[in-house]
Amino acid sequence: MPTISMTVNGKPVSAEAEGRTLLVQFLRETLGLTGTHVGCDTSQCGACVVHVDGQSVKACTMFAGEAEGADVTTIEGLAPGEGELHPIQEAFRDNHGLQCGFCTPGMVMTAADLLKRNASPTEAEIREYLEGNLCRCTGYQNIVKAIQDAAGRMAAE
Amino acid sequence: MYEFELVKPASLAEAIEALKAEEAQPLGGGQTLIPTLKQRLAQPGSLVSLAGIPELVGVEVKGKVVNIKGATPHARVAELTASAFPALAAMADNIGDPAVRHRGTIGGSLANNDPAACYPAAALACGATLVLTGPEGAREIVADDYFQGMFATDLGEGEIVTEIRFPIPEASNYQKFVQPASRFAMVGVFVAKYADGVRVAVTGASEEGVFRWTEAETALTADFSPAALESLSVPAEGMMGDIHASPEYRAHLVGVMTRRAVAAS
Ligand SMILES: Cc1cc2nc3c(=O)[nH]c(=O)nc-3n(C[C@H](O)[C@H](O)[C@H](O)COP(=O)(O)OP(=O)(O)OC[C@H]3O[C@@H](n4cnc5c(N)ncnc54)[C@H](O)[C@@H]3O)c2cc1C
Ligand code: FES
Ligand code: FES
Repeated sequence: MPTISMTVNGKPVSAEAEGRTLLVQFLRETLGLTGTHVGCDTSQCGACVVHVDGQSVKACTMFAGEAEGADVTTIEGLAPGEGELHPIQEAFRDNHGLQCGFCTPGMVMTAADLLKRNASPTEAEIREYLEGNLCRCTGYQNIVKAIQDAAGRMAAE
Repeated sequence: MYEFELVKPASLAEAIEALKAEEAQPLGGGQTLIPTLKQRLAQPGSLVSLAGIPELVGVEVKGKVVNIKGATPHARVAELTASAFPALAAMADNIGDPAVRHRGTIGGSLANNDPAACYPAAALACGATLVLTGPEGAREIVADDYFQGMFATDLGEGEIVTEIRFPIPEASNYQKFVQPASRFAMVGVFVAKYADGVRVAVTGASEEGVFRWTEAETALTADFSPAALESLSVPAEGMMGDIHASPEYRAHLVGVMTRRAVAAS
């Protein structure tokens, strides 16, 4: 089996993986980073969204070997430090942007990607950017509100 | 998924070499291929990844032509063609969702030729030229000859879509009626106006895959306005029908989307 190396949440990691090993399997099963979820496994729901070299991707639709040498950020790597939350995570908590929480890691990672590109998105732009993230609980309203709130907090920082 | 070897060539020449192996297949962004592999609908011996080959990624504007390298992701196309060819940029920016656009590539879309995909409509409406590179070297083929019915193209064994050359139209627009569950086109129409005439290509509608609506082209070449299309319609016969839309509805949408595309051009 080939050995794959990449940087995950700022730390270099190296482990064996088959050609068919998905990035999400590598993160969850090999590295034990179970914050990234698998909802549909068919590229539809976005529960598995992580950042690869700064871009949001569906980790269930990319092979681990394709991320060789890449810089990967998962939901575990978003907060600035132990016991702290990222402003987007805080805004989700304060605005009831989650109920069961299953979609949340993907929602937060997609929101982080959006706010990096567009620091003050309109409601329509937020909804459009969340096109590939499905939530079965919230009806999206509070997720959108949370992202608007997060944009404000991040601008104030 | 069945087992396979993941090969990561550093150059186009290495990729062509790697594709000579038994049951080897190119891997673009994997946004179509990986779901297919998960369903065990394909069993390649090896996948040759094109994403990391620098000479296969990028956009070049040369006079009135936009050249897009085959492994350029949709998001990069949207970014890099925004000023030279805004209708194409807008189309690329509306494929699937952001994560799909960060991985999925133009070459993968054109190789797959899904009957509801967006790029085939753009390539056919613009009379784009595709460059296909294989063990025998590179060859050029025009979009009209390249597309051969749904999921069928002229792409040969071991060949890679390495470049697509779009002549930039004087006016153009793509209108997509989104199928909200898949985010593909229920019906999509690309209209492109050139000095020597107008071309109209339709995706998502026909059982034969992407096609040119020639009656609309003739009418629009004479008078480039939505009114020129008023008495025209495509027959429901030969249109796809499924739980999302009947053949009659798709035929109706072809007219509506074409008029909207002309109005927005
Ligand atoms: C949720 C979702 C929504 C989508 N919505 C849309 C949409 O709205 N419109 C749309 O058009 N598409 C849509 N797509 C499809 C998407 O655009 C795919 O990226 C694209 O169809 C395939 O490109 P790829 O690079 O991912 O190819 P892959 O999945 O890697 O490959 C597809 C096929 O092409 C072959 N191939 C790949 N690259 C090349 C090449 N350069 N030369 C020769 N053969 C090659 C592969 O061997 C394989 O057979 C969607 C996909 C998903 C998952
Ligand atoms: S688990 Fe990856 S998109 Fe649903
Ligand atoms: S909070 Fe339950 S799926 Fe989104």
